[in-house]
Amino acid sequence: MKLTVWTYEGPPHVGAMRVATGMKGLHYVLHAPQGDTYADLLFTMIERRDHRPPVTYTTFEGRDLGEDTAGIFKKTCQGAYDRFRPQALIVGASCTAELIQDDPGGLAGAMDIPVPVVALELPSYQRKEIFGTDETFYQLVRHLAQPMKKTPEVTANLIGPLALGFRHRDDIQEVKGLLCEMGISINVVAPFDATPKDLTMLGQGHINILMYPEHAEAAARHMERTLGIPYTKTVPIGVGATHDFIAEVAGICGVVPKADLSRLRQPWWAKSVDSTYLTGKRVFLFGDATHVRTAARIARDEMGFDVVGLGCYNREFARSIRTLGKEFGIEALITDDYLDVEKAIEEAAPEMILGTQMERHIGKRLGIPCAVISAPVHVQDFPARYAPQMGWEGANVIFDTWVHPLVMGLEEHLLTMFREDFEFHDAAGPSHHGTPAPKPVGVAPAPVRAIGAVMVWRADAETELKKIPFFARGKARRNTEKFAANQGLQEVSIDTLYEARAHYAR
Amino acid sequence: MNHSARITARTCRDAPVLRQRGQREVFCGLTGIIWLHRKMQDAFFLVVGSRTCAHLLQSAAGVMIFAEPRFGTAILEEGDLAGMADAHDELDREVARLLDRRPDIRQLFLVGSCPSEVIKLDLARAAERLTQVYAPRVRVLNYSGSGIETTFTQGEDACLASMVPALPASDMRELLLVGALPEVVEDQAISLLGKMGVGPIRVLPAPRSAEMPGVGPNTVFACLQPFLGTTVAALQNRGARMIRAPFPFGEEGTTLWLKAIANEFSVDDATFERVTVAPRTRARTAITNASAVLRGKSIFFMPDSQLEIPLTRFLVRECGMEAIEIGQPYIHKGLVDPDLDLIPAGPVISEGQDVDLQLDRIRAVRPDLTVCGLGLANPLEAEGLTTKWAIELVFTPVHFYEQAGDLAGLFSRPLRRRDLLKPEAAGPFPETHAVAR
Repeated sequence: MKLTVWTYEGPPHVGAMRVATGMKGLHYVLHAPQGDTYADLLFTMIERRDHRPPVTYTTFEGRDLGEDTAGIFKKTCQGAYDRFRPQALIVGASCTAELIQDDPGGLAGAMDIPVPVVALELPSYQRKEIFGTDETFYQLVRHLAQPMKKTPEVTANLIGPLALGFRHRDDIQEVKGLLCEMGISINVVAPFDATPKDLTMLGQGHINILMYPEHAEAAARHMERTLGIPYTKTVPIGVGATHDFIAEVAGICGVVPKADLSRLRQPWWAKSVDSTYLTGKRVFLFGDATHVRTAARIARDEMGFDVVGLGCYNREFARSIRTLGKEFGIEALITDDYLDVEKAIEEAAPEMILGTQMERHIGKRLGIPCAVISAPVHVQDFPARYAPQMGWEGANVIFDTWVHPLVMGLEEHLLTMFREDFEFHDAAGPSHHGTPAPKPVGVAPAPVRAIGAVMVWRADAETELKKIPFFARGKARRNTEKFAANQGLQEVSIDTLYEARAHYAR
Repeated sequence: MNHSARITARTCRDAPVLRQRGQREVFCGLTGIIWLHRKMQDAFFLVVGSRTCAHLLQSAAGVMIFAEPRFGTAILEEGDLAGMADAHDELDREVARLLDRRPDIRQLFLVGSCPSEVIKLDLARAAERLTQVYAPRVRVLNYSGSGIETTFTQGEDACLASMVPALPASDMRELLLVGALPEVVEDQAISLLGKMGVGPIRVLPAPRSAEMPGVGPNTVFACLQPFLGTTVAALQNRGARMIRAPFPFGEEGTTLWLKAIANEFSVDDATFERVTVAPRTRARTAITNASAVLRGKSIFFMPDSQLEIPLTRFLVRECGMEAIEIGQPYIHKGLVDPDLDLIPAGPVISEGQDVDLQLDRIRAVRPDLTVCGLGLANPLEAEGLTTKWAIELVFTPVHFYEQAGDLAGLFSRPLRRRDLLKPEAAGPFPETHAVAR
């Protein structure tokens, strides 16, 4: 038993729903109690889908439990097939139905349904949403994809994008563009907008572009093994990663690596002098492994940030993120406990958080700006405009998105110079945001115990610290305490503050 | 007071009820935690359930809540399913940790879920055991918010009902108002009744556990919400007596509700008139303004909040709408009869749901306004229908006179918005504005 306030991932059957809802012509019959239909709103409200997810729930109740819940499942399954006439069905159980052990797969298999029925075994009490997406897509591919003759021209399958994904809709466009430059056309995109029939054609592709390892790695490995289709290991988020991706694809397909950089503005935007103030901004990264891995590289190599913390919530990728942490000289945080993440961020006192919807909450509470880089995300992260993360345009979008929450460069200088101005002061927050930044709660008042000991601030040092603008105060406090502790001091004076400042000067 | 509640024509009270069983598109009772934890400020709601429960609470609430919530889910794991004794130990450990982290908590609700009920985890026993450990600082209660036992607002009913046996005994003649309402609305009710000389007035649930009301044979109570059937029975078991009335939505509902209480407390007509005339007039004016676009429009309620019957009464009688179907998850006749009495016969009354068949009926009649859950609203809008999310009715102050105009406004806004938006004005190709995604 584990106490959870907010969760990064839903249960695994929600992962299966994300695959089913991303596709067309597929229907999911879910053995689940009344109430589990809440999951529909994730798609219709958060993602603003204009149709119901293709899911029929048995919605059994207490009075059904002593009776024939298996009968209810069969009736529901037949009814769903008759009404929706899908090309294929997936069947499975939610957490409660798993306990009553009706075996939806067996029941549906014994029925006379004239289309492929794929049974899902998603252990609700061990696994989570991302396992559900990966396993569901793998099972669909395993049942539907066949070895077949390759297309005469070089074609690629884009695998991994699905419903409720962070910018999947636009990433597809962007990756298609990158491939098109090299003369590679598209065989199948899946699960996004694919039909079960499309999945049967996967085998004629020459290469699988594994866009999101979280959702399609099992399927990619399976296709490599059984269909002989190699898959890409580079996820093209960021300028460097996109260059690497192009080289990798060209290598696999035996084509000339080509790139049209005419729309890529990010490198100049990052190099132009206005961006100087971004130098060494301390950022904390948290999200799914793929987005954190790519964001870490962008943060360090393409924005000039200082990555002071990173981690992911999907344990399946823990090892690779721990390795990434070592590469950055920090210990990666692998947890799905929101409170642990909050604590780690509070201790690291970054100047910006790059995270998920949850970290947006944390940032709000701690008064730290936050940009979203990964699912889970909310309605505002499904923009009407084209806003990919991948490819050249993705790099542009990321630059804008990450800079937006920050106080602008010149403004930062003015705030430092005229911090006593009654109108133009740091508590007013970035001037291009309508509302004042929330007052930091918990950060400033509570001494940060970086080294474990309690550091006492003398009143004059505390006053001096307050003269440092809010966006730099957390860093200054932390550095000073670290410096003081290293010097064996128990108390911070004004001199300690400035000595620490000199020590850490860059 | 010359308001007549007598209806001579046939009403909905004896109308046949359409009962269908199929997929039910409703929330489970856990959803009530989203408003209950805000109402009871020293209470914590600990759901003993699965990741699905936690995900539901955050998906249904995530849209609205950004503060640290006073609720959480103790997620059952593989090991908990194997040995029941272990599950109780685990629960004790999680409760200890929680109460340690939140010393401000005075009431802890262990909330049962579908999985905890299927594995027959005895939360009543756990609550007793934990009460012994943490009394008198914390009182531990339990109820079920599971989808196999409850729908949506029934969770509040189960919660309040669980509190009733623990209320202190009282012989005082007191009026108890039952139902979790926003403070602004509760204060209005208390102020109106106070001005009539009705009192003392207590509320269940009280904002803090120390203020919980007593109950006994001299207690009379009035419900603020139509979904509190179990709580009513629990209060009646303690000897309290219910004042039956239509629910206080709109000018008419509020007046009839207040009048029933006024009669119980022998308030004379002149006093009643003096206290209510100004707010009644204001309410009528507000409703007239807000309901202009509702007059003559048809409405279809899918089953959701259990407010469907009283709201239909308001919309039909005060806003001039025509009801096509009034769907509810379940009908508690004893509570909604006074409202059914006031709705002229005509609309289909349905209980339970087969969502696909109900959607077929909606597509056949194409109502001007469909009240439905969040999962269905956008899909129906994409089919050209206008919708109102039912959940907003539970999260918005809509009771009593001063909110009557707002209540009408909740229904008129989608229609006004439909008239405001002119997508075809954006380009010369009206046939191309297919819904994008």
